[in-house]
Amino acid sequence: MSGAMTLEGISKRFGSLEVLRNVSIEVKPGERCGIIGPNGAGKSTLFNIIAGELAPTSGNVALFGRDVTALGIHTRAQLGLSRTFQTTTLFPRLNVLENMLLALYAHHAREHFQCIVPRRRLRHREEEARALLARVELDHRAEAPVSSLGYGERRQLELLLAIAQRPRILLLDEPTAGLAPGDTSLVTEMLKREQGETTIILIEHDMGVVFDVVERLVVLHHGRVVADGPLEEIRADDNVQEIYLGGKV
Amino acid sequence: MKRAGLWGLVAVAGLALAIALPHLGVPSFYISLASQMWIYAIVAMSLDLLVGFTGLVNFSQAAFFGMGAYAAAIALTRYHIAGFGAQIGLGVLLAMITGAVFGIVALRSEGVGFIIITIALNEIVWGLAYQWVSMSGGDNGITGILRPPLATWDLSDNTSFYYVALGAYSIALALLVMLVRSPFGLVLRGVRDSPRRMRALGYNVWLFRYIAFIISAAFAGFAGVLFAWYNQFVGPVNLALDTSTQFLIIVILGGIGTLYGQLLGAGIVVFLSNGLSAVTHRWVLILGAVYVLIVMYAPDGLVGLGRRLAARARGRRAAAVPVESLIGEGADG
Repeated sequence: MSGAMTLEGISKRFGSLEVLRNVSIEVKPGERCGIIGPNGAGKSTLFNIIAGELAPTSGNVALFGRDVTALGIHTRAQLGLSRTFQTTTLFPRLNVLENMLLALYAHHAREHFQCIVPRRRLRHREEEARALLARVELDHRAEAPVSSLGYGERRQLELLLAIAQRPRILLLDEPTAGLAPGDTSLVTEMLKREQGETTIILIEHDMGVVFDVVERLVVLHHGRVVADGPLEEIRADDNVQEIYLGGKV
Repeated sequence: MKRAGLWGLVAVAGLALAIALPHLGVPSFYISLASQMWIYAIVAMSLDLLVGFTGLVNFSQAAFFGMGAYAAAIALTRYHIAGFGAQIGLGVLLAMITGAVFGIVALRSEGVGFIIITIALNEIVWGLAYQWVSMSGGDNGITGILRPPLATWDLSDNTSFYYVALGAYSIALALLVMLVRSPFGLVLRGVRDSPRRMRALGYNVWLFRYIAFIISAAFAGFAGVLFAWYNQFVGPVNLALDTSTQFLIIVILGGIGTLYGQLLGAGIVVFLSNGLSAVTHRWVLILGAVYVLIVMYAPDGLVGLGRRLAARARGRRAAAVPVESLIGEGADG
């Protein structure tokens, strides 16, 4: 059985700066994998290479056994890859419901080309959107513009958009960055509910969230994989503790 | 909803007034200007589809408009294609082809780069109209354009043509409102607000911009054909960069992203520029001052100003959307 996401010998240079060196990771379907490492380890670059925003200098990216290295962002998304952004990236001038509808239409590719169809013909998508919003108690804000939401609510919506795509692989870029502890646990609860068939790849600084969500950890340091294994094993790894203690001061 | 009902009432009253206008003793000159207003409102709406709903500030709208106008003029005077439908079909088709070519070149970039490329493309088309004398008549343009009859209805008098322009505006407005309210329209607004997120959701952002560009060109070309009939003369000025800028000013005056607001913008530009030029030689100066005042005190256009006044009357504050924030969009964050 081939991996859900396979990285093969990924290297990335920006000029003379080598950010990633020969990174190979294979994530199995349904696996929940965390990628950690100190600042500057290359996590975000690796993430953008998986999502397709950056092309690797060398190496290959494959999704479900298919080489996607040369494919664009939206094609990878259509193959079942979905992501959240570290800086909340929503549609600020649309309301909450419209944000959700865009994610749902994306999953049903034919619908967004129905130009002259009145919206009421797609009422069932609206109901679907409201049901998803109800799961995080945002349904009463459905008609509110996104710009009026609080930060915590926006982070939840950010994650909800990615989930509404029904992804086969969910890429999470620091989903709890900047959240108050109460909101962090809300996001963690959302993630736990998504466990199952969805493959999750998570970058996160909050170790509490990492330990809650993932079962496997990959540690990056200076652009290399220095440790890769089950959560408990990596937690106990002296080398990793050294990197984190040394890196964090 | 109560507000929707109010808007319906305003629309019906406005339409009734528009239909009655030629019979209220209004001088023929003003009826003629009103026809121009309907035509300009169609181009402005087509441009608003790009600026207000897709996040593309296009400086080459006059090229689409002028292509429509020249297509009708050349078809009639050189090839004796005189049919009402045939001329509209040719004008719309040529404008769409222009849009398809421009789109391939301009949509390679975003934000300011996109603006500069559309300016250059507009200049190329202007140069073509100016230099290709054997086809376009060069600086002299094309004269002697006769309005084709609609079935058996002769359109040579101002009142008949006024009704055709009004009908064309109503059809264009209805089609564009349906378009922006449809799921496709929502996708375009998504592209406007956050192209990066749209890509991550699996949308081909380039393709949606490209389709919007061609649809917009079609409506602008449609208006161009009407303008050729209205003016009975087509010259390089009709597809000059100045004309593109004028269309953008209409959109900004009316209110970006409002569609129906473009009628207000078109009305102001058409009636002020024609009315003032009859009174004083310095009319451009006065027009400029009016533009500056509107941008200063109503940066979100007249519709935005109206909304804010209405909100103030209800004791609430509505936030203005400054023009600069729209021009910055399109670029990925």
